[in-house]
Amino acid sequence: MLNLALRRIGGILLTLLVIISVSFAIIRLAPGGPFDQEQALSAPVRANLERAYGLDRPLGVQYVRYLGALAHGDFGPSLRQPDFSVSELIAQGLPLSATLGLAAILVAALSGICAGLAAALWRSRGADLSLAALTALCIALPSFVIGPLLALVFGVKLHWLPVAGWQDHSARYLVLPVVTLALPVAAYLARLTRASLLEVLGAPFVRSARARGLGAARVLWRHALPPALLPVVSYLGPAVAFIITGSLVVESVFGLPGTGRYLVQGAIDRDYPLVMGMVIVYGALTLLFNLCADLVCGWLDPRTRHE
Amino acid sequence: MSEQVRILPRCGWGEAKWRLLGNRLTALALLLILLIALLALLGPLVSPWGYDTLDWQHLAGPPSLTARHWFGTDRLGRDLFVRTLDGVRLSLAISLIASIMSLLIGVTFGAIAGLAGGRLDGWMMRCVDVLYSLPYLFIVIILTTLFSRGSLAALLVALAAVGWLTTARIVRALTLALRRREFIEAARATGLSGPAILLRHVVPNLLGPVAVYATLIVPQMILFETFLSFLGLGVQEPHASLGSLIYGGAQEMESAPWMLLVPALFLVVLLLCLNLIGDGLRDAFDPRER
Amino acid sequence: MACVTPLTPASAEASPLLRLSGLTVSFDTRAGRTLAAQEVALSVARGECLGVVGESGAGKSQLFLAVLGLLAANGHAHGSARFGDTELLTLSPAALDRVRGRGIGMVFQEPMTSLSPHLTIGQQLTETLVRHLKLSGRAARLRALELMQRVQLSDAALRLSQYPHQLSGGMRQRAMIGLALAGEPQLLIADEPTTALDVTIQAQILSLLAELKRERAMALILITHDLAAVAAVADRLVVMRAGRVIESGRVAEVLKSPRDPYTRALIAGTLTLEGAAPVPAARPPNAGAAARPGACALTLEGVNVQFQVGHGWLAPRTALTAVHDVSLELPAGGSLGIVGESGCGKSTLARAALALLRTSSGRVVWMGQPLDGLPAHELRALRRDRQIIFQDPLGSLDPRMTVRQLIAEPLLVHERALSGADRDRAVAAALAGVALGEELANHYPHQLSGGQCQRVGIARAMILRPQLLVCDEPLSALDLPTQAQILTLIAELRSSSRLSLLFISHNLALVRRLCERVLVLYLGRMMELAPAALLYDSPRHPYSRELLAAIPSLDPAIASGRLGQVRAGEPPSPLSPPSGCVYRTRCPYAAAVCAERVPVFEEVQPGHRVACHRWRELP
Repeated sequence: MLNLALRRIGGILLTLLVIISVSFAIIRLAPGGPFDQEQALSAPVRANLERAYGLDRPLGVQYVRYLGALAHGDFGPSLRQPDFSVSELIAQGLPLSATLGLAAILVAALSGICAGLAAALWRSRGADLSLAALTALCIALPSFVIGPLLALVFGVKLHWLPVAGWQDHSARYLVLPVVTLALPVAAYLARLTRASLLEVLGAPFVRSARARGLGAARVLWRHALPPALLPVVSYLGPAVAFIITGSLVVESVFGLPGTGRYLVQGAIDRDYPLVMGMVIVYGALTLLFNLCADLVCGWLDPRTRHE
Repeated sequence: MSEQVRILPRCGWGEAKWRLLGNRLTALALLLILLIALLALLGPLVSPWGYDTLDWQHLAGPPSLTARHWFGTDRLGRDLFVRTLDGVRLSLAISLIASIMSLLIGVTFGAIAGLAGGRLDGWMMRCVDVLYSLPYLFIVIILTTLFSRGSLAALLVALAAVGWLTTARIVRALTLALRRREFIEAARATGLSGPAILLRHVVPNLLGPVAVYATLIVPQMILFETFLSFLGLGVQEPHASLGSLIYGGAQEMESAPWMLLVPALFLVVLLLCLNLIGDGLRDAFDPRER
Repeated sequence: MACVTPLTPASAEASPLLRLSGLTVSFDTRAGRTLAAQEVALSVARGECLGVVGESGAGKSQLFLAVLGLLAANGHAHGSARFGDTELLTLSPAALDRVRGRGIGMVFQEPMTSLSPHLTIGQQLTETLVRHLKLSGRAARLRALELMQRVQLSDAALRLSQYPHQLSGGMRQRAMIGLALAGEPQLLIADEPTTALDVTIQAQILSLLAELKRERAMALILITHDLAAVAAVADRLVVMRAGRVIESGRVAEVLKSPRDPYTRALIAGTLTLEGAAPVPAARPPNAGAAARPGACALTLEGVNVQFQVGHGWLAPRTALTAVHDVSLELPAGGSLGIVGESGCGKSTLARAALALLRTSSGRVVWMGQPLDGLPAHELRALRRDRQIIFQDPLGSLDPRMTVRQLIAEPLLVHERALSGADRDRAVAAALAGVALGEELANHYPHQLSGGQCQRVGIARAMILRPQLLVCDEPLSALDLPTQAQILTLIAELRSSSRLSLLFISHNLALVRRLCERVLVLYLGRMMELAPAALLYDSPRHPYSRELLAAIPSLDPAIASGRLGQVRAGEPPSPLSPPSGCVYRTRCPYAAAVCAERVPVFEEVQPGHRVACHRWRELP
């Protein structure tokens, strides 16, 4: 188990290093650099500025300084919003995005797993078909279709919920975004849970447990559920990644001032430090969550725990 | 969020064809896709409007037969019938090309890794693992940021760069499973040389699962492309992609809902049908109880 | 036509513990209602063992699953199943739970997957003990330990804290038996308890079941396709076919004078030593034969095969020695059997002999020509004379090719000059040679039965008329009647051409029928090499004796006597073999010298060699 953890952490550090290096390369080497503005600067002024920003040092030194800055949480200045540094922008938007993401994953996990369990335990032809159809729909629909549609139905036509925005920071503005984010994940979790539980319920060891007279409830709770939930837990890692990417769209559609919107805007404006800073933060978060999910899974499964 | 292709299907092609067509849902999906493709090719010829012709008399107008704006118009007065069908064509074309590219790269990579085995396989798969754990969307965003916006090449490269990883993994798993199968060993015992085994035994057994996977990768590519276009990073004005149309429609949702609903409907139907066909193909090759 | 002995009160002395009458089990499937068992009537009394015999799919397991109310959701049971005074089929689920485990215990046939993987053995045991016997936690743990010791699980205390995946197949089966006994049931149903286990472990499990039955005066129902197991343990038996009981009675009577033809076929299909006719000696070489008389077709000298195992960036790789220092000679036209249990390296050895694997050291010589060092294309050309048939009949055929393409493939490699018509003729002749109809030529492997697939494999191997045929457990995946047919086919092929045969199997009775000489392998090392007659009559090595003792016999007296000789012990792991003689951990005659020095493979008589320090002293 320790072996597994060390290997995975090593892999993640390597990946993070790759991300950071790529971002450094792009910032320094891509066209449209910090000083290629509309007006050409005179040579001495340019040289001064470069010395001030440390851009005249060799690339290797710049790289190390960049790494050092990162370690202090300093992603550099934003190009298009010169009053703010990237870290400040991230700090502004992160709380909202984090709330959105967390709420979405919780809602998705709870509703998806419960729906899947119910579908597996109370099987009927009608229920199976309708669940299959519903989940297929939710999985196939991209979030940028679901979001506007939900907003159309519940916001414009029914006037139950606000269509967009984030005024007065009330939770009502988060309902539709969270549902949009959570829906595909919940659908997939429901299908996965149902399939996994059905497979486990048909497994020889469950039959064995019943044959020992342990009672249906106990067999379900103690013998069937833990192995059935293992693939579900392992999916939560990729699910978080999905929600993180989905949040870009959702924040865009619903006009929420989170980090996702900065990222997209930054990409459009070619604000490299902002984009790369965001990428590093998002990347690190994704990797972290995947690692946690993997480790939890590895710990839950006795086969990996006792290699 | 695609599901893994089952390893090594059990039936021959002939049986699979019958089972595929016999599955009513899949047949319906095939029909729908053909209809949409036909419409996308021929529709714009029927309409009097071009994709960027501005009709000042019908700005953000609802669908009407008299004005021959069968799907309505957008805010600038452009006919949505033609634009939507253009979007369908563009999305389909881009996705198909990107799918083929990522398939070629992925299959080659995966097959080499699976067949070579040993250390080469180890290193190749480590590359894939590192690239896989990079949040792919961000790679795409980086790539589109680097190139000029609207560059089709950049979009294609970005899409293919994301898709080949999963293909490589699946093909490698298939190849590894194949290598361990006894009929490969039997072929060696018969005296076939390595390349002969590859051609006669490995490739035909890979084609089936790869074909199934290919049909599932196309809707994924459509999703990526429309996603990017929605965010403004993909297809640019004045061209239309389903993604950018949906974005425009979402802006005008309160006053002109058809601007959102029409492209959304097309996208949903496309994705559903392609997924159904993929599922049907997979079931046709390896039938199982539901 | 059923030949059922009527159940007079005399044949079930006490009133039967379990009595089934008119029991029918059916399933609702897409194709309608299928019957798994029809109108089954049987009974078992306390202290008695009933064997339920039949091929797989005969409905035996489903019958008892129905009795316990464990059928799948689309299964239905009609009729009567009385346990003591209670009618089981009409019990409420809660009442059934009380019967399960406490009145009737069941052991299932897949020890690999019948234990919950995420709970320790101890947790699963104490759970059952607390539930049925209402023991306190501490008392339950003590009782669990006792149970595990009673089922002869080594290191019982350790096993209780281990997870199922850490135990071997035999250990898991013992744990399952212990679990089933935890509730102190009056009836134990054992569903194929010995399939998927090694021959010697099978004997141990059967012996354990017999002891437990005696000790606890339990009723025991043994469901199996293995008649020999029934002969060893059961008092009465019931033969089932396609869901119906076709014969029943006392074991000795039924086995000696079966009435139903199907029973007779089953008995004939069970290969025992008693029925084995000695193999005719190899035909003397023809006068014009190119090979010198007595020339060796295949020679292995000091062959070693090692694999590197271990994975990952950080884990070190260790060497696994699959075959250690094996030397053998196979004369042209002769036949050599290689026997041993799973993991003894016999398959690896076969592949090394065919140069399908690289040897780590040692030489393989074919017809006087050493094979290592040959360029690849020459090696491939030599393959036409040396062919192999595999254990998995379906797996060894490319699922995408028709039978015709499969059989013709060797021709495409070695006889390229043949025209299409000639090839087709050759394929037709090959099909005829293995008694397959020509209409099968356009079928795909998945449309054929196991036996037919194996015939295709043989046709493919024989089409170029090779001089050596290696058979890697070709019968173990087939059912009994088919085994007999393929065995006859191989014997015929051998006698009609001067085929040298290298036959690998774990089934000693089978090898007796085909091979003149036998090599016994254990953990990749040679234990004994002898002419078949000598080996079976007077084996010198203790392992050979253990293997022989585990051969099935259909005579109940002999069979139960053999059970008494069964020894305890699991095979050691090939990653860390014992020092000195690798068999010493299981050998009842092990002495100090056995741990110090590796025994030399020395001669007992010309043609008979053994690797044991103490063979001279042993009886």
